[in-house]
Amino acid sequence: MKTLLSLTVNGEARDVVVAAHKTLLEVLREDLALTGTKHGCELGECGTCTVLVDGEPVLSCLALPIECQGRRIETIEGMADSGRLHPLQQAFAELGAAQCGYCTPGILVTAKALLEETPVPTRDEVRRALAGNLCRCTGYTKILDAVELAALRMHGGGAGVGAGERAEGARP
Amino acid sequence: MSKRFSVVGHSLPKIDAWAKVTGETKYADDLVLPRMAYGKLLRSPHPHARIVRIDTARAAALPGVYAVITGRDLPRVKFGILPVSQDEEALCVDKVRMVGDPVAAVAAIDEETAERATELIEVEYAPLPALMSIEDALARPDVRIHEYGDGPNVHKAVALQFGDVDAAFAGSDLVREDVFFFEGNTHLPLEQHAAVAHWGPDGKLTLWSSTQTPHYVHRLLGKILDMPQAHIRVIAAPVGGGFGGKLDPFAHEIAACKLSQVTGRPVKIALTREEVFYVHRGRHPVLMWVKTGFRKDGAITGMHFRTWLDGGAYGSYGVASTFYTGALQTVTYKIPVYKFEGARVFTNKPPCGPKRGHGTPQPRFALECQLDKAAEQLGLDPADMRRRNLAEPFTKTANHLTVTTIGLGECIDRVVEASGWSRKWKALPPGKGIGIACSSYLTGAGTAIYWNDMPHSGVVVRADRSGGVSILCGATDIGQGSDSVLAYLVAEVLGIEPKDIRVHVADTDLTPVDLGSYSSRVTLMAGNAVIQAAERLRAKIFEAVARKLEVAPERLVARDRRVFVADDEDKSVTFQAAVVLGESLHGVLAYPGSYAPPKRAGKYKGGGVGPSPCYSYSACVVEVDVDEQTGEVKPTEIWIAHDVGRALNPLLVEGQVEGSVYMGLGEVLMEEQVFRKGVHKIPSMLEYKSPTTLETPEIHTILVESDDPDGPFGAKEAGQGPLLPVIPAVANAVWSAVGVRVDEIPITPDKVLKGLELRRHGKTPRVGPERLPLFTFPEPRPVESAFGQPAEDIAVRPFAS
Repeated sequence: MKTLLSLTVNGEARDVVVAAHKTLLEVLREDLALTGTKHGCELGECGTCTVLVDGEPVLSCLALPIECQGRRIETIEGMADSGRLHPLQQAFAELGAAQCGYCTPGILVTAKALLEETPVPTRDEVRRALAGNLCRCTGYTKILDAVELAALRMHGGGAGVGAGERAEGARP
Repeated sequence: MSKRFSVVGHSLPKIDAWAKVTGETKYADDLVLPRMAYGKLLRSPHPHARIVRIDTARAAALPGVYAVITGRDLPRVKFGILPVSQDEEALCVDKVRMVGDPVAAVAAIDEETAERATELIEVEYAPLPALMSIEDALARPDVRIHEYGDGPNVHKAVALQFGDVDAAFAGSDLVREDVFFFEGNTHLPLEQHAAVAHWGPDGKLTLWSSTQTPHYVHRLLGKILDMPQAHIRVIAAPVGGGFGGKLDPFAHEIAACKLSQVTGRPVKIALTREEVFYVHRGRHPVLMWVKTGFRKDGAITGMHFRTWLDGGAYGSYGVASTFYTGALQTVTYKIPVYKFEGARVFTNKPPCGPKRGHGTPQPRFALECQLDKAAEQLGLDPADMRRRNLAEPFTKTANHLTVTTIGLGECIDRVVEASGWSRKWKALPPGKGIGIACSSYLTGAGTAIYWNDMPHSGVVVRADRSGGVSILCGATDIGQGSDSVLAYLVAEVLGIEPKDIRVHVADTDLTPVDLGSYSSRVTLMAGNAVIQAAERLRAKIFEAVARKLEVAPERLVARDRRVFVADDEDKSVTFQAAVVLGESLHGVLAYPGSYAPPKRAGKYKGGGVGPSPCYSYSACVVEVDVDEQTGEVKPTEIWIAHDVGRALNPLLVEGQVEGSVYMGLGEVLMEEQVFRKGVHKIPSMLEYKSPTTLETPEIHTILVESDDPDGPFGAKEAGQGPLLPVIPAVANAVWSAVGVRVDEIPITPDKVLKGLELRRHGKTPRVGPERLPLFTFPEPRPVESAFGQPAEDIAVRPFAS
């Protein structure tokens, strides 16, 4: 039994005809070809599939798209604005916060939601916000650094101390 | 340091960072081909059973199903990653040896239909007794999991002896015997394995897979599918986390290939998280007995090490793993005489294999905890004791390994100073503790997994009139940044920016062979090969530019995207113009680089496991809080110093060190792959615990540079070694906090509480294995200890010129 769904994804209206039991993760990846959102556990434990729905982090492997109609769905593909990277993306690239990169989309959107709620979070606040996103590569250190650097650049009037000096992302 | 170099030593972003932060990176499961079918494997629910009958008729009749295959549709040949352990089948025919063993595969119009079809396959099993532990496996010689090996259910038994350890013990001031157990755990990469196969109408096969070793998969597919390797192309997609878990050829890859052939369609098989737990190849559970002699000053007089490995259902890398549990003990401290005995047994569990540190974290845990106990008995500061007994640079070890540079002394000094060790050791309040441990690790295995005289790593660097440079190399980036390292090295040699370079990797049709991303080999081996190729290209370009500028080529320098005369910088051409001159003079500019390690394998059976061009060194101090009410161990701060030879990119090296520390913390405190009644207890991320941001403390990383002559620009490994000392450092810190020795990994709250209770009752506050299996190791063939002999002046390295 298939259903016609009208979704708003990354600001675009998208109509899909899908089986009603398909998860938001499946619809994003398989029906809308937005493969930037990853699957890690199918149980809502690893945070890899996180997307934003009305600005809130949601585990897309546990969400049904039918409940997301009329709401704003945002994936990693919608994070850069017309080719301009979000400061979080820039900081993650510069500071080596993405190693294998598989958990990165979920962490980036979760961090974006954090910074919209708490523009300059403490390190503990960043830790708590990202506690539901597993990363097996980085030991989290560079991820925490990158969120702090992005927050400083967005709201703290310039680059973070140390981290900003280290980053040589602007090389030609 | 960074003044000498324009790229090396700088904290640059990875070249693939931009794709990764935008979600553009295409992992294997992101690939979709026209007409693609979706595959599923049916797996055994029994740990050990004979297969009586498989009936696929109902599954094949389900609408939307394209094909159903069993092992009888594949060539009847067993395979395995090591030539000595050919014991696997992609789809089991006569017998299953673990829960999760695949028995049939389906291709269908979508994943759901494929899954429904697997449920319609009827398999009749005749269950056999399940052997779920080392003791079980040795106690039941009548129940054989495999028909080969060094005894009933014994996959491999080895014994090596280098000098007379008994004489050394007789002349010691203190001799300790300790027993330890290290429970198995798994890699848990965030990406589940996936593969897409396309058997084209021309009869040629292409496989895209999340693999760390496209070369070994390529090599084995020829045998498994009984077709010429020349007709197979394997492409490694970017890997979403490997840690050693994607280093074997797997059933889903093989089934996808066969299903593609029989359906005439591309076929994708993506594993579920539960299936990844069955694929495993993770950390071996290892039981260890260690006898070590000490002098009063803490110097080691000799060591005798025994290991029993629980190998699981198949061989995998297990023979190498077995030797690795005895290979690297000698590389850190002076051990004049050494004896090692090891045995790997088969059990009805998912096969163990190479997880980060491959076979060495378990003995490192045992060795470093025993040193701590000895220091306590001898009244020595454990940091001092280690510092005073370091191995000598540029010498050989008892077991004939050649060590080159050793930055461990500086590593110890730096963590001792940064952590305030001298202030804190034996001075922290009850419940708080501090511990130290050290380690060393390979920078690339010195021998391939199959003996041959060819390069371990091959590269082609090409440039053309556009000014663009491309690198072709078989290496696989698994997130560690190896693609970027290749670009940095070529940029350094050619005087251009990493952005000017495109890196094409891991495609057996297009890229020269590299053995794979394992044993911390890529930076050193592919790095040296790419430097050789880039220098050859630069020499050709310089020759042409020298003619144009009418100077000797030796006077030319390449930097800042220009080629210029060293002492007359105005005499210059742009890099692009230089390439045009080169292409005009020489024709196509494409030059190879090859690397094979120095031939240093010890001349004894087993001497091929352990040699490496050079070894990295790490020292780690951990501070913990231990809650005496709950038994919970909480690391509060970690200092780690790592001798990386040279940090080609400090940012990436720190990332490798921090990731290693994190993974070590998971292993020491919570991660375990455990079973109940033949069934995996926790095949999900919900129950298999791993550290989150909240369990990972601040990590202070210190990089030490010892500039190794065998490394590219002096670099050694960083991706595995720093995991090793974390585990014993935590164990030693727990002892320091509450006076309890937990000689068994992981150190879970129940074990700490048990130790505290023993202490309260005045008993020895030790928790760990109490007995050893009855087992007779083979008689070792004694070999003289090579301890202290100088390293050869010039190591023979093939393809060096």
